[in-house]
Amino acid sequence: MTRYIIRRLLQFIPLLFLISVLLFTLLQIIPGGPTAAYANNPEITSEDLARLEQRLGVNAPLPVQYGKWLGNVLRGDWGYSTVTQRPVLREIADRLPNTIYLMGIAFVVALLIAIPMGLIAALRQYSIFDTLTTTIVFAGQSIPIFWLGLVLIIVFHSTLKNPLTGAPLLPGDGMSTLGAPFSIGDYLAHLILPVTMLALYQTAQLTRFMRASMLDVIHQDFIRTAHAKGLKERVVVVRHAFKNAALPLVTILALDLPGLFNGAVFTETIFSWPGMGRLFIERAFLFDYPVLMAILMINAALILFFNLVADVVYALVDPRIRYA
Amino acid sequence: MLEMTWRRFRRHRPALIGVGVIVLFVLLAVFAPIVSPYDPEQNNLDIRLQPPTLEHLMGTDELGRDLFTRILYGSRISLAIGVLSMMLAVTVGTLIGAAAGFHGGGIDAVLMRMTDVFLAFPRLFVLILVTTLLRQLNLPWLPAGSFAPIIFVIGLLSWMSVARLVRAAYLSIREKEYVEAARGVGAGDARIMFRHILPNTASPIIVAGTLGVAASILTESGLSYLGFGVQLPTPTWGNMLRSAQAQMTYAPWTAVFPGLMIFSAVIAINYIGDGLRDALDPQREVR
Repeated sequence: MTRYIIRRLLQFIPLLFLISVLLFTLLQIIPGGPTAAYANNPEITSEDLARLEQRLGVNAPLPVQYGKWLGNVLRGDWGYSTVTQRPVLREIADRLPNTIYLMGIAFVVALLIAIPMGLIAALRQYSIFDTLTTTIVFAGQSIPIFWLGLVLIIVFHSTLKNPLTGAPLLPGDGMSTLGAPFSIGDYLAHLILPVTMLALYQTAQLTRFMRASMLDVIHQDFIRTAHAKGLKERVVVVRHAFKNAALPLVTILALDLPGLFNGAVFTETIFSWPGMGRLFIERAFLFDYPVLMAILMINAALILFFNLVADVVYALVDPRIRYA
Repeated sequence: MLEMTWRRFRRHRPALIGVGVIVLFVLLAVFAPIVSPYDPEQNNLDIRLQPPTLEHLMGTDELGRDLFTRILYGSRISLAIGVLSMMLAVTVGTLIGAAAGFHGGGIDAVLMRMTDVFLAFPRLFVLILVTTLLRQLNLPWLPAGSFAPIIFVIGLLSWMSVARLVRAAYLSIREKEYVEAARGVGAGDARIMFRHILPNTASPIIVAGTLGVAASILTESGLSYLGFGVQLPTPTWGNMLRSAQAQMTYAPWTAVFPGLMIFSAVIAINYIGDGLRDALDPQREVR
């Protein structure tokens, strides 16, 4: 197992290298490039601009620039933002935890709803609950989540008011009330709408897989055997069926992560959440290429990493799978 | 075969309703100038942000344009982008998957590693960058003002699942006896790949393609919503939501209707895909 993990990790290196070459090239051939942010600034003359291009080395051939970037990154230097002049790592360190906080909570919420819902729907196939679940799942997978976010704001922020204070029922932007003293209640209130928005698609996806996987398992022979042995329904469901049905879910959990990232971009944009997705959107308009490159590489690495986690966890929970 | 498929498809009621919805949307899009008396890009500042009335079924937007009319014209673009980018994705995916699955060996390894690379791209971010790039480059065959760059980009970043599907199908089918028989009577590689094997992989491709249209519509609207897709004043469902954002607290209809259109189109197409999956797979029990 350890050898398998090491081999897979080693495979990451050429893959990440290839991805970084492609993404770097992509960013460099966008006209405008890193000095675009200054091009329209009246206080910067064309001589200044030329000096800046010289200093940034953007006139060097592409492979030279890539080599320089790679060398710096390998030494832990991701460069400086062309917008704020701050180190890229500092910019990201400011935002990444907020994204993880939002995504983590949405993920747990999705799991807590999806597992029981998929389980019950499968156990009562064709019941009203099942039909309802399937319909909700379908809707949840088809709804444009950015629109869901806007509707949530219209309903719970601008239409419904708190009957006592007349203020909006739920906050619609940021992670906490600006300037207010720290309170857990305030933080929780700010989580409700963004988490609802982000968790919905995930919940739909997981419920669907949980239901399908459970349906698969409960029609198998060993479940009939368990019933025939006279085991209690609860024991059969939890100890026998659920344990086996949850296996494929592990893979889905990890492979769905890129989807959660995409969702986070929209959620952060709509709810002014100071996370990494919003950082990317802001800086994409300003061609802040060192920051964009870092965000792209972090995302690509995470996607690859969770692919590996999916395989490893799958092997750990299912003894039938052996990786040489 | 076709008749049986249709018989099975007909029994899937949500899918039938989905077909009805999509046919309606397409008719409305095609006959937009007849359906609506208004011009989608004509400002009329006297009637800004009016709530829905009989004259303006979905109200008016911040420049006094009729929202319903803009939605009709927007659906032309949103639906066209959905269908065309999916066709591009399915074509690319089928070619890559077929080449990999049919030849195996080195070709397979290279093509599948390439698929892995594309799958590891943070999709939304790369979509944003490539659309920005194409708009700036303004290639003669992908003019920046048109929506061709969006189709191109979505298509070229969505072929991976089709490629894997087709590869798997080719891997299993190429060992079948009828393939050997075709080879025996002297059929060449290309003929076997496209005349003998391809028709037998049609079912999963059709289903993936249908669901792909829904996904592309979502992707386009998302990109346009973020400001990286089709640019104003050309309306699409996505960029209408973007402009609605500024006034949605006091003119919620400007945000509700475009999203409702995306939602209904996507759910209708997803149900059609679901129905097709049931109808095309003889092993699946049909309730």
